[in-house]
Parts: sequence; structure tokens; C-alpha cells
Amino acid sequence: MEYTGAAILMECLKDEGVEVIFGYPGGAVIELFDEMSRHGDALKHFLVRHEQGAVHAADGYARASGKPGVSILTSGPGATNAVTGIATAYSDSIPLVVITGQVATQLIGNDAFQEVDIVGITRPCTKHNYLVKDVKRLAEVVRQAFHLARSGRPGPVLIDLPKDVILAKTPFVKPGEVRMRSYNPNYKPNLVQLRRAAELLLRAERPLLLTGGGVIGSGASGIVTETAIKLNMPVVSTLMGLGGFPGTHRLWYGMLGMHGAYTANRAVTEADVLLAVGTRFADRVTGKLSVFAKQARIIHIDIDPTSIRKNVNVDVPVVADCRESALGLADLLAAGTVDENVAAARIEWLQRLDRYKEKHPLSYTQDGEIKPQRVIELLDRLTREKHEVVVTTDVGQHQMWAAQFFKFTRPRSFLSSGGLGTMGFGLPAAAGAQIARPNDLVICIAGDGSIQMNIQELASVVAAGLPVKVVILNNRFLGLVRQWQELFMKRNYVCTDLEGCEPDFVKLAEAYGATGLRVDDDDALEEALKTMLETPGPVLADVRVRREENVYPIIPAGKSLAEMIV
Amino acid sequence: MRYVLSVLVDNEPGVLSRVAGLFSGRGFNIESLNVAPTNEPGVSHMTVTTSGDSQIIEQIIKQLRKLVTVIKVVDFQELAAVEREMMLIKVQADDSRRGEVLRIADIFRCKVVDVSLVDLTLEATGDHEKIGAVINLLNRFGIKELARTGTMAMKRSMQRE
Repeated sequence: MEYTGAAILMECLKDEGVEVIFGYPGGAVIELFDEMSRHGDALKHFLVRHEQGAVHAADGYARASGKPGVSILTSGPGATNAVTGIATAYSDSIPLVVITGQVATQLIGNDAFQEVDIVGITRPCTKHNYLVKDVKRLAEVVRQAFHLARSGRPGPVLIDLPKDVILAKTPFVKPGEVRMRSYNPNYKPNLVQLRRAAELLLRAERPLLLTGGGVIGSGASGIVTETAIKLNMPVVSTLMGLGGFPGTHRLWYGMLGMHGAYTANRAVTEADVLLAVGTRFADRVTGKLSVFAKQARIIHIDIDPTSIRKNVNVDVPVVADCRESALGLADLLAAGTVDENVAAARIEWLQRLDRYKEKHPLSYTQDGEIKPQRVIELLDRLTREKHEVVVTTDVGQHQMWAAQFFKFTRPRSFLSSGGLGTMGFGLPAAAGAQIARPNDLVICIAGDGSIQMNIQELASVVAAGLPVKVVILNNRFLGLVRQWQELFMKRNYVCTDLEGCEPDFVKLAEAYGATGLRVDDDDALEEALKTMLETPGPVLADVRVRREENVYPIIPAGKSLAEMIV
Repeated sequence: MRYVLSVLVDNEPGVLSRVAGLFSGRGFNIESLNVAPTNEPGVSHMTVTTSGDSQIIEQIIKQLRKLVTVIKVVDFQELAAVEREMMLIKVQADDSRRGEVLRIADIFRCKVVDVSLVDLTLEATGDHEKIGAVINLLNRFGIKELARTGTMAMKRSMQRE
């Protein structure tokens, strides 16, 4: 029997285990939506209000579930609107399959209506992309796209589908196993390197485990946590790695980097062996490269060979899957022994870190105004016992406070745009996360600036009845830029003061059909947050926080991790 | 340091753009780039000449391998290889100069592929340095036009120990 391209696509999506599509219709994909509607609940659709929101929602779904997120968007502006979302997922290695409509093949290159070379545009921000010109190849391309998106170092893959390919008919043959001779990610660690790593770790007097997003992506969280505890090894993490190791554990010393905890940054600077798992040593993590972890022999595990020796020179490179490597390493470590003197030195090492933590904890003062840090601490405290929580954020001060003050205890509980730093990520990502995990509590922590970058998705959230809670840490500033202006530009607050020119967020929430509430009194904060958590359906809380609160510690750009302003 | 990389790619539309985009997007240099199909259907051979320190070259090679359409990357730094470029060069050569130009052409085993009353067009092949030497020597006669390929390279069958 002959199938249209549209029908083949839907069959392939179901075959890949896709249950929900995040999208927005348009002329070029109208037949795809028509076909999708025939599959009922087998292919649910989440309708956004802007294509960027669709890709972020698919991304949030992928981060929360571990499954690839799928998005269907129209050609031209539909496709270009998706680019920020795609680049966001690419930076953070999130598996997505984004399907865009395209003008008919015979029109390509003619500057047709809503035509854009999206394959050309997204080449540098996708793991791979396809323009399908022959319907006979469609099924194979979809199979490959999903394989590429989820294997190796995951990432977004785009499929551009011309209108005539969507309409063309051909017999549908289910594609077989993917065989690509040019793509074979290496999962198995090299045993020689693993042995060297184990030797270094067994002899280390000041070992440190650094976990990145790869720990979460590869499902290595359990084994990595176990190994750290067995070795009595302190743990720090990147922003992307939060939740990979329980933030409530005594061996946890916080996030490192530009706004990392004092102890975490000292630990990296003073460690003698650094075991880095699933991180690419981004500039926000390392600070000044020439002095990064100078005392340490570095073991670097990552599945992407380009991550290794790109920024930081390492002593033991392990190019393999984080989970497989951690499992192999755990076996080798279990077979080895730790010398008494070494064990004693390690206890001293932990004591040293504990002293740092005592002397320079993440802290803030209370002075009657609402402190954003306290909002996060309260959210953490009010939810920890009762709920499985997923926190999403936008980008800015609120993101850093969320990372610092919320104790993430499980992988896939903190969803944030780490690499690209995309404002407006939080709300659509929260929608995607809520769809992936309908029974969990999803909180979007946002700033008053960034929430407005995708505020329109409140309509999608309300329409779908998703009980997402949005907390705006409202300081009437573009806070992180303002902070830089304060510290580095003599308080010249150019274009960052939003006082008096922002919407009434409570009325806005109500206009969209959500519940809105406002808190401006510190004494009423806890009750207000409780009310928000207990109110069914989507709620937006406008929390008026102290305007000129700063995120500390901060490492000025280009400075070393030891040069923190605390 | 100049490096020659041989890159085997799936010959799909856009593959050249993927490779070129990788170099421009990451700030790597391309000194020359040579692309043509191989005897195997659907596979093209690119020879890329680039420069950088060893860490940059390592990144370039790894980034190239990461492209889904790249099948194989060979770095000729460690290998004995045959390298060739080809050049067409049109040199001013009236009756008084023609003899001298031809003598130089002869020394470098260039072929004369076109001739007129006022100029000569030569075809030269050789490695990067030889082509450079030909240009240097012909410069003083006046070069009217010049076209040259990028480097092509192939591993020698017998490798030095």
C-alpha cells in the first residue's frame, strides 16, 4: 500500500516511541498536522504560541524524560524562529528531532513565499541535518535522525521536508538498523586509560570529582554517586551537572565556576587529582585557563573526542560513555587499596574543605526586604519532602540563585540553558517537563526580564491545563547585566532599569487565564509560596525582591577561580 | 606550521559547506581546499591545507571526524606522502623573452599549453614549494593570469621506519 510522506513520517515517529509533538502549524506543514490528527492519542500535540517556545518545550520534555523531544514547524519564519531553541539544545547536548516544512523542491532557490535555507542556517547548530528530496528516503532519514539525536553526544537533528515530498506517495517499508560508516560513537572506555585513572585516584591525597551534564545525560548518576561515596571523595559540579550528585550529601561542595561556591572553586584549585566526568570545561566553569586546576592531574571522561584537550590539557583522557566508564572505573577502584597515609590525607582534605565551607558559605543577609535567595531556599524547603520537583529557569541572576540555593537531589530535576544562556527558556521548558512528568511538581523560576521573552507560552500552558508554577524574582532590573554594570562600569545602569515600564504580572497571568499572585512583604513570603504550591492549575507568583541584590561569589571574566569576589 | 589533511566524505549536497563552515565557524584557517569525487560512487576526497599549532590541528581533526558526513581523516604530518599541486600560468613573453621563459619552463618540466605573440601559458605540477619556485622565477617577466589547484595528497605505500 502506498503512503504519503506525511503518513510515513507519522508511522516513523510512532515507531521511534514518540508520544507527543511540540509544534505550530503553517502552510508548508498543513498536511502533516492533518495526518497527525488521525492518530488520536497515539500522537498528542502541544500547541505553542511561538516556534521558539515549541523547541524549548520539546527540549524541556527531553531533559525531563531522557527521550528525544520532537517538534514540527512550518517553513520560513517558522523555521527561523526555531533556531534559538535548536542552538540552545545543541549547546547543552539535548536530543531533539525538529521537523520543518519547506517549499516544494521545484521552488527551492526561487525565493518562494516562506522559503528559507534552514538546512544552511542550522548547519552549525545541529548535530546533523537533512533536506529530504525523495519520499523514498524519508523513513530511513527519520530513523537516522533519531539515532543521531540520542546516541553518542546527543544533540538536535533537523529534517527539512519540502511540500511535494510530504504529499508524494510511495510504499512504506520500515527501515532497518541504522548503519552509517561515517558515524560510530565509541561507548567502551579504553582499559589502559581506565587503569591509569584508577591508579591516580587510589593514590590521590586531595581527589575531587567534577560532574557535568554528561553524567545526567548518560544515566551515570547512580554509579558516579556510589563511587564518590566509596572513595570518600568530595564532589563539585557544573551548572549542567546539578542533580547528578545529591546536593544534600555531606560530600557535596557545590557548583563551581563564575558564580560557583567558594569551597567548590577552592577545591578545584587545590585538588591533586581531578576526575572530570561529562563536562567540556566551558569558560564559565574554568575561569582563566592557564591557572585552572594547576595542582591537579586531570582525568577527563567524555564521549565527545573534541571536548578533550579543547580547553584544558588532561593527563588521562577517556573518550567513552560516562556511564560505561564510571562502571569500569568503579570495578578497578574496588579491586585496589588505599594506603593508610593517603586515607589520612583525604580526611584532612575533607576537613580543609569543610573549613572553607564554614568560613565562606553561600549566604545572604536579611534586612526586611524579600531576598531572592530566601525565595529559593523556601521553595526548596517547602517542596523537598512532598514532591518530586523539576525546576526550570531562564537566564540571569535568578538562574544563579536557583543553582546555588536549591538543593537538587535527583538527575533531571534542574533544567536550564547552560551553554547558550537563552532567556525565555524556562516557561516553555517547564511546559515540556510537565508533559513528560505529569505527576511531578514543575516550577519555573524566572526573572522579570526573561519571563517576557516567552511570556506568550502562558497561553499554551493554560490551554493544555498544565499546573506549572512560575515564580518571578522581580527586581525591575535586567539584574545580572545591572550587577556587571555596578561592579565593572561604575553603576552606569544603561538599558537595564525596567522600573515603571513593566506589565502588571498578576493581571497578565489573569488575562491568560492563570492564577496570579503578588508578594512584596517578606513576612508574607512563606504563606504566599505555600498558597502558590497548593493552588491547582498554572500559577504565576510575582515576588518583588530587593532590587540591587547581587549574586556572589563572582569571578570577573578572564580571572582565575581563586580570584573570587565573595 | 602547515598541515595537509586528507578527508574522505559522503558526497551529499552541502558537504563542502559543512567542512568549510566548520573551519570558518571555529576560526581555523584554510590555506587551500581541493575536492573531487573518488572512484567509489558517493564518496569524495578533500585535501585541506591548514595551519596552526599541534593543539589546534588536533581540534581540527577531531572536529572533522565529528561531522556525520566525514568518513575518514588522515593527517599527513606523521606519514610519508606524495603531494601535488597543479598551476596554469600565463606569462608575458614576446619574441625577445620567449626563449628565456621556455628555458625556465623546461627546467621545471612545465608544459606549454597555449602560446600567442605576446604571452605563453604554462602548466606546472609539483609540490607546494616547487609551484612557488616557478612563480618566483617567472614573476619578473610579468604574470598576466594565474590559476592553481589546492594541494592533493596521498599516502606513500612504503612508509619510512
